[in-house]
Amino acid sequence: MNARRWRVVVITAVPVLALVLLLASGIGNDPRDVPSELVAGRAPSFSLPSLTGDETISSADLGGQAVVLNFWASWCVPCREEHGALDAAWDRYRERGVVVLGVNVEDARPDALEYVEEFGGSWPLVTDPGSRTSIAFGRFGVPETFVIAPDGTIVAKMVGAVTYEWLVDKIEGALRSEATS
Amino acid sequence: MKRAVALIAVAIAVAIGATIVAGRDDPGSGTVADRARDIAAGLRCPVCLNLSVADSPSRLAGEMRAAIASRVRSGETDEEIRAYFVDRYGEWILLEPTRRGLNLLPWALPVVALVAGLAVWLALVRRRPQRDDMAVSQSERRRIEHELRGLEEST
Amino acid sequence: MTAFVGTVALAIALSLAAYGAIASIVGARRRNASLVESARTTAYSVLALVAVANGAMFVALLSNDFSVRYVATNSSVSTPTFFKVLALWSADEGSLLLWNLVLAGFVAMVAFRFRARRPETFPWAIAAMYCVVAFYLLLVLGPTTPFETLASPPADGRGPLPLLQNHPLMAAHPPFLYLGFIGFTVPFAFAMAALVTGRVSDEWMPITRRWTLAAWIFLTIGLVLGALWSYGVLGWGGYWAWDPVENVALLPWLTGTAFLHSVIVQERRGMLKVWNLSLIVGTFALTVLGTFLTRGSILASVHAFAESIVGPLYLAFLTLVLLVGFGLIAWRRDALRSEAAFDTPLSRESVFLGNNVLLLALTATVLVGTIYPLLAEAARGTKVSVGGPYFNRNTAPVALLLLFLMGVGPLLPWRAASGSAIVRRLQWPVWAAAGTAVVLAVAGGGTAGTVVFALAAFVAVATVSEMVRGVRAQRRAHATSWTEATSAAIVRNRRLYGGLVAHLGVLLMLVGVAWSAIADTSAEVTIARGERRPVDGYEIRLDGISSREEPHRRIVLAHLTVFDKTGDEVVRLQPSLNFYPASSEPIGTPSLRVGTPWNGLRDLYSSLVAVDPETASATIRFIVNPGIGLLWAGGFVTAAGGLLAAFPSRRRGVSAPEPAHPRVREEVPV
Repeated sequence: MNARRWRVVVITAVPVLALVLLLASGIGNDPRDVPSELVAGRAPSFSLPSLTGDETISSADLGGQAVVLNFWASWCVPCREEHGALDAAWDRYRERGVVVLGVNVEDARPDALEYVEEFGGSWPLVTDPGSRTSIAFGRFGVPETFVIAPDGTIVAKMVGAVTYEWLVDKIEGALRSEATS
Repeated sequence: MKRAVALIAVAIAVAIGATIVAGRDDPGSGTVADRARDIAAGLRCPVCLNLSVADSPSRLAGEMRAAIASRVRSGETDEEIRAYFVDRYGEWILLEPTRRGLNLLPWALPVVALVAGLAVWLALVRRRPQRDDMAVSQSERRRIEHELRGLEEST
Repeated sequence: MTAFVGTVALAIALSLAAYGAIASIVGARRRNASLVESARTTAYSVLALVAVANGAMFVALLSNDFSVRYVATNSSVSTPTFFKVLALWSADEGSLLLWNLVLAGFVAMVAFRFRARRPETFPWAIAAMYCVVAFYLLLVLGPTTPFETLASPPADGRGPLPLLQNHPLMAAHPPFLYLGFIGFTVPFAFAMAALVTGRVSDEWMPITRRWTLAAWIFLTIGLVLGALWSYGVLGWGGYWAWDPVENVALLPWLTGTAFLHSVIVQERRGMLKVWNLSLIVGTFALTVLGTFLTRGSILASVHAFAESIVGPLYLAFLTLVLLVGFGLIAWRRDALRSEAAFDTPLSRESVFLGNNVLLLALTATVLVGTIYPLLAEAARGTKVSVGGPYFNRNTAPVALLLLFLMGVGPLLPWRAASGSAIVRRLQWPVWAAAGTAVVLAVAGGGTAGTVVFALAAFVAVATVSEMVRGVRAQRRAHATSWTEATSAAIVRNRRLYGGLVAHLGVLLMLVGVAWSAIADTSAEVTIARGERRPVDGYEIRLDGISSREEPHRRIVLAHLTVFDKTGDEVVRLQPSLNFYPASSEPIGTPSLRVGTPWNGLRDLYSSLVAVDPETASATIRFIVNPGIGLLWAGGFVTAAGGLLAAFPSRRRGVSAPEPAHPRVREEVPV
């Protein structure tokens, strides 16, 4: 009789523990960390109007160069935090043919220009009317940065502000892939 | 009694008939706007948590809606459009999980739950008592004592 | 200073709660009445101390004491006083402080309620409650403490999240939800006490009936307020996003509703004992699951308090609750045998069981849908979403079935029904359904609309006919006027009439949900100033764009005039965008014209999506939402029905089970 009682108790414990284990697997997750689909895939081609002038910059123009594609907006606070890192990376790698391309999104032109005036940044800047390129790249928000190898493969993606170390690491990787391919 | 049952049967038939007739007023889903709206309603807004692209007031969502509409107009099928977004954002962007592999679980479960529930209901409702039906059960006895004594214990 | 006071108060409260738990158990086992009594009165001290802690936080907030980290992160000098007060529960740590206050309040109320006479299970029940109190106090003293101080306090705080200082409804929604969630602790505690002591007679249910009902009413109101806030304050035009945190708040409501029905079966027939115990354990466990998912940062949600490390603690508590709760039920299985059986499938008991089955199916669907992304990630490593379309699709059919049962249930008597009695009672409702179906088919309602409204007519007529039946019986029995008969019927059968009123409330809500889901229209237009554009059968003119500075935000408004098809002005709306310094995306505030029976019950809802100052144009989303007012009205009616059912009966102290329905006497089983 006692054994039977215990058996029933144990049987009820099993689904409870299974549920708890499942819930436990979620601990430590960052629910906002959604993996990128495009990493290791081909970067979509794009053709975007300049923020400051009349010209258009397209992916074809940049062929053969490594590109750091950085989506930003003037109202975006983490964008300000990463600005220095982008500047430093641009300084270090522009001689080696790496292009930092800033894509201004979800913004008003005067606000964007004001931001550029305040924070500086001498790399090329474009806008993304209609967010077509954003969608093509699977952009979630701002800031978001893609590192693209010279052959057009997306080497890395960062959702959120980038650090100088991360940029250096990924740019080196992109340049290396050119050497080996 | 027979007449009453017949009346009810007639009423039910009328109701069902009317429902079928009402079907002719169901909105189709052919127009560009409808299709675009349906697809957008099935995609998750990347910016606003847990809202669909159709519902989200964010700017990116608005531009995604425009992108969807232009793809519908250019002749792409619903499947192709969804695949475009899944390729870029991952399965995560679909608000309803696909019906493949493990994802069958959330689709099967509601049906299983209903069927299991029906089975439980039948089993309990049919369970024959161990004692005489007409006897006063213990709880009924207690209820009677309750009312007789007017216990203050329970509120 | 305030932080110190708060922390000390909580620490003492924790030790007192521990004392209370131990003393009541020891007192129960050793039959030491004075020990139990001292454990009981400890509840008052615990409440006082937790109140002091809450007061300390209020003082810190109102006096801009930014040395307290919580104040620095959630309030600022420029925050209006009203929202400073609200900041207490706008973030994780502070809301946990409020949670503790409500919990301590409930324990004190239980202590007070049983100050004179008490059941044998009382010491164990209050011990269980003290254990719950201790857990939440531990959390608010340890990892989730709001009283952490900063070595160098900033000059100004960051201010509350913009979303949470947009509207005063933020004031009411969480407290009602907490009252609801925490209220279920009481029946749970008494159920545990019954299981532990082996006194598994049905006593624990009538004792806690009003508490359960109160918790359910609060939870109903809390959920409806949340929906109202989502609709009227956020700009997306919807009231329920099937967000994980919304879902976990719904789950205990579903099981709680099931429980409210099945306890009646147990009280009357002595059946479903294991069922009811499991339901109350499940309901309480679901409230713990709710706090776990909300605060443990497991699933992405607009509600989730982010960056909390307490996941494992909540999970441990949940595990304890589930193991102890269901373990005890399994342990006492033999004492929980059913005393009777269902007589026929066509009885009220069977319908109640059917109601339970359907509600549990809904619970399972929503629970699995909410948790499935976790499973998918654990198993396949991919992130998957389960959102609105899935839930709507899978809950709608069950909801319709429930609606049907809601109509049929009250028509069937207890135990067994004679065929002719049922058929007689079905006449009017079924013909009402048929008539409504015909009307709707003619008026172009579409399949979904016809089905829903026909079912609604069925339920409405069935419910009202039941109410009238009781009144008629009173009239016949006592030859009084209609008014006297009505009040007599209601007073003598509060539980029944309360339930019927609640059914009508739920009916209104379901009709509102269905109607607006079927017939709403939504469109987005960009209008330049002075321009007039047709939208959804109306015309909108943008009269202008203005902006206004407030201490904590900048507001940009679009001024709209809405015209109907004939060109008459219908209403002026001012949807706006609120820009907060700390936030990247602006928060929209919608502007709407509420639907009333005089304008076809149609809500005209506008929200401002974007403004382009260069071209002086605004992008407006315009939604026509028919029937949504029924959702709010229905919520109010449902709560009122619950309130009616909860009122004490005229005979002092005698609780449910309710006296036999007068109808039963005239019924002769054929």
